[in-house]
Amino acid sequence: MARITAGVATSHVPAIGAAIDLGKTADDYWKPVFAGYEFSKDWIAREKPDVVFLVYNDHASAFSLKTIPTFAIACGEAFKPADEGWGPRPVPTVKGCPDLAWHIAQSVIQDDFDLTVMNEMDVDHGLTVPLSLMFGQPEAWPCLVIPLLVNVVVYPPPSGQRCYDLGKAIARAVKSFDDDLNVQIWGTGGMSHQLQGPRAGLINTEFDHEYLELLLNDPDRLARKPHIDYLREAGSEGIELVMWLTMRGALNANVNELHRFYHVPASNTALGHVIYQNT
Amino acid sequence: MPLDKPYKDIPGTTIFDADMARQGYHLNQFCMSLMNRDNREQFKADETAYLEQWQMTDDQKQAVLDRDYNRMIVLGGNIYFLAKIFSTDGVSFEQAAASMTGLSREDYRQMMMDGGRSPKGNLYKVE
Repeated sequence: MARITAGVATSHVPAIGAAIDLGKTADDYWKPVFAGYEFSKDWIAREKPDVVFLVYNDHASAFSLKTIPTFAIACGEAFKPADEGWGPRPVPTVKGCPDLAWHIAQSVIQDDFDLTVMNEMDVDHGLTVPLSLMFGQPEAWPCLVIPLLVNVVVYPPPSGQRCYDLGKAIARAVKSFDDDLNVQIWGTGGMSHQLQGPRAGLINTEFDHEYLELLLNDPDRLARKPHIDYLREAGSEGIELVMWLTMRGALNANVNELHRFYHVPASNTALGHVIYQNT
Repeated sequence: MPLDKPYKDIPGTTIFDADMARQGYHLNQFCMSLMNRDNREQFKADETAYLEQWQMTDDQKQAVLDRDYNRMIVLGGNIYFLAKIFSTDGVSFEQAAASMTGLSREDYRQMMMDGGRSPKGNLYKVE
């Protein structure tokens, strides 16, 4: 039986990918960022997940304004790094897990979540930066990845409650898959940041710390946080945090927090990272 | 009854909602074309001629030529699409964000190093 053993949340700032790719991780500016992932790299090397179910948002790479799915699951066999305007990141091609992905698609659609299915697409920094942070720079990624894309670019994104409930449906789907697989679920993006307009650079550490507490201890309440609170208090791009709720929803009510890291700034962004072990 | 849009009173912020997505469709699709290297080369070789291929308004085209990102956003541009323009220019997200705040690149970077823009006084237009 497949089982979800742990959840990971992390920001996916593109400049972090550039710092890794250009060999700047030991620079004064970046050193404290990567120090926050030393524990995580050791931990995941021991955990050896077979599959990572990775919740992220596309940043106008796979999806233009031609098609805007609210939730899309990628069931393809492989996904290349996208050219986001400066050439693709020099990272390995991401291998999918079509059997489990299709199983989850069928299960959650029957569970009232009307997902779009993607078979061919490229993946941008939203997906590859978390992989780099957790796995470093391997020749090939050491696990299979099922991307789940959430629209947070065109307002409105799905509600926090909907993201959270989808996580619960994903957990039910994974549990009903026969193969013996160690599955992790990751939620990415956030924390507080605003990339646009005269208010760009907004950081709200108080909001972020409260978010980390509620995510751990009272996710049912956190799921009811309305969009306007994210937009106003965590910045227009801080609303990416709803994707962390899908991760949390897929875990048990009680989890062990193995790691928590918070750092300002990573480029324009407050960086947050947690690891939860399913109990 | 009209849709509730409570985000209209957030200062210095344009939420890319249905109205903006409608208004900025061609501007944003032009940006998407810059994900292709050949298109980037064509754009760099003759920006005006390249922009003529898109059904953008004159204001939108001028804002692109001026690299006026605040103006592009007012005219329906979305930051993740506009990122294709500044990436084509070799400009980082941090530099681009700085340009929208009226701060120099150095001052913006320092503000971020000091903990970012404070929420105090920046949550409501009336503040």
